[in-house]
Amino acid sequence: MAALAFEDVTVRFGAATVVGGASFSVGAGEFVSVVGPTGCGKSTLLNLAAGLLAPSSGRVLVDGVTLAGINRRAGYLFQGESLMPWRSARDNVAAGPEFAGMSRGAARAAAETWLGRVGLAGHGEKYPHQMSGGMRKRAQLAQTLVLDPPVLLMDEPFSALDVQTRQLMENELLSIWQADRKSVLFITHDLEEAISLSDRVIVLSAGPATRPLAEFAIDLPRPRDVAEIRLTAEFRAVEERIWEVLRGEVLKAYRQGEAA
Amino acid sequence: MITLWRLGLAALLLGAWHVGAESGFLSPLFFGHPVKIFAVIVEWFATGEIWRHLAITIAETLLAFASGTLCGVGGGLWLGLSPRTRAVLDPFIMAANAMPRVILAPIFAMWFGLGVASKVALGFTLVFFIVFFNVLQGVREVPPTVLNSARMLGASQRQLLRHVYLPAALSWVFSSLHVSVGMAFVGAVVAEYLGSSAGVGYLILQAEGMFDVDTVFAGIIVLTGCALVLDAGVSVAESRLLVWQPRADAARGS
Repeated sequence: MAALAFEDVTVRFGAATVVGGASFSVGAGEFVSVVGPTGCGKSTLLNLAAGLLAPSSGRVLVDGVTLAGINRRAGYLFQGESLMPWRSARDNVAAGPEFAGMSRGAARAAAETWLGRVGLAGHGEKYPHQMSGGMRKRAQLAQTLVLDPPVLLMDEPFSALDVQTRQLMENELLSIWQADRKSVLFITHDLEEAISLSDRVIVLSAGPATRPLAEFAIDLPRPRDVAEIRLTAEFRAVEERIWEVLRGEVLKAYRQGEAA
Repeated sequence: MITLWRLGLAALLLGAWHVGAESGFLSPLFFGHPVKIFAVIVEWFATGEIWRHLAITIAETLLAFASGTLCGVGGGLWLGLSPRTRAVLDPFIMAANAMPRVILAPIFAMWFGLGVASKVALGFTLVFFIVFFNVLQGVREVPPTVLNSARMLGASQRQLLRHVYLPAALSWVFSSLHVSVGMAFVGAVVAEYLGSSAGVGYLILQAEGMFDVDTVFAGIIVLTGCALVLDAGVSVAESRLLVWQPRADAARGS
């Protein structure tokens, strides 16, 4: 049974149809990336999976059960700044366990462990504004993973980082995922990132009424190094096949942008 | 170096005042005499007479500040989180805020008497709105990602209120501390001046009735000193409470 499944999901905001009859699934322990042109409604799909947004029609299933309200089995890594600025890194990571009723001491201990695992040991006392963009992303990752969610939703989490930091974070994400296989739904507009991380890549159509157009299984060997794997012939071949589909949608989105 | 310039400037102004008063150029009846003013202040502190009045003025200030802040936070959170109530109450709030509230002092004196309560009431009306509007703004400006993130981390409605909305709102309250403490002080002194039986404002009112301009100036100087001490206290509290904020962001207020 799929960890996360969309069944003919449609979302309308007033007269505008943002998502039009999307059906796809993420298997247990599977790393699935969704790519699509900018502004096609990728983040809307994640908000549906998170339960922050209810579909206008269709269903979102979590472990075979229709989702109503917040998806308690999912952790969400947001694109923007989601740390609470008034809490230190450690207390941000401790927030989830605290909300769940864990004592402050135990929550902080768990937070320290995870800060160490994402490479932030010794930075727990820092407030978000005292950290770099990369450090804040790490703290966000720890904040999400400390709750050990079976499903991980990621919304272009590394898009604001510089290339080096980004590849570092991608590799760390992969090694964490390798150690504890969560089901991942990863949204990005970067095709290379999608291929190098995923088991499967889903291509979305240009908006409005976006929906999955095609799916590609990525049979590249693991464990992977995201920087090195990009140089292999197999990678290039897959990229070419996917780009053939994606390209048309990107052009469509571009023309819509020009017309608007 | 700067300090030297400052001291020099202060000496120059005081000296000019003194010379003017001695020569009769500045009539001591209207402008007072620096030496006599100083003598009044020294006597106040030597006899200890001033402490009772100062204590009352400060107590009124703190009570007005505390009650105004408490109600402002409560009201701001409530209306910030229920847009419908806010829509209904909006014109009333605007009207109450637009009203020149100092003019309420005589009414409060009738309602609450000449004691501490009427002074606190006036200070309250001044502090409340500053805090209220800051909290409203704070609630509205909670970043949606932070809010959604807290929800995804499993926060219940109550936990959202306590761990997201309240800290966000309080950051705005803290950054307007200078203004609201100042307003509480203004409220207390003005209300005392308009009718009271004790407090520094009362001393000034009494002296004015007897054309004792030296004592009026002495009262003003004591109040100014007190205001500066309060402000310094606020700065200390602020640096403790807002450690999480980048410095440039700390100067908000109305």
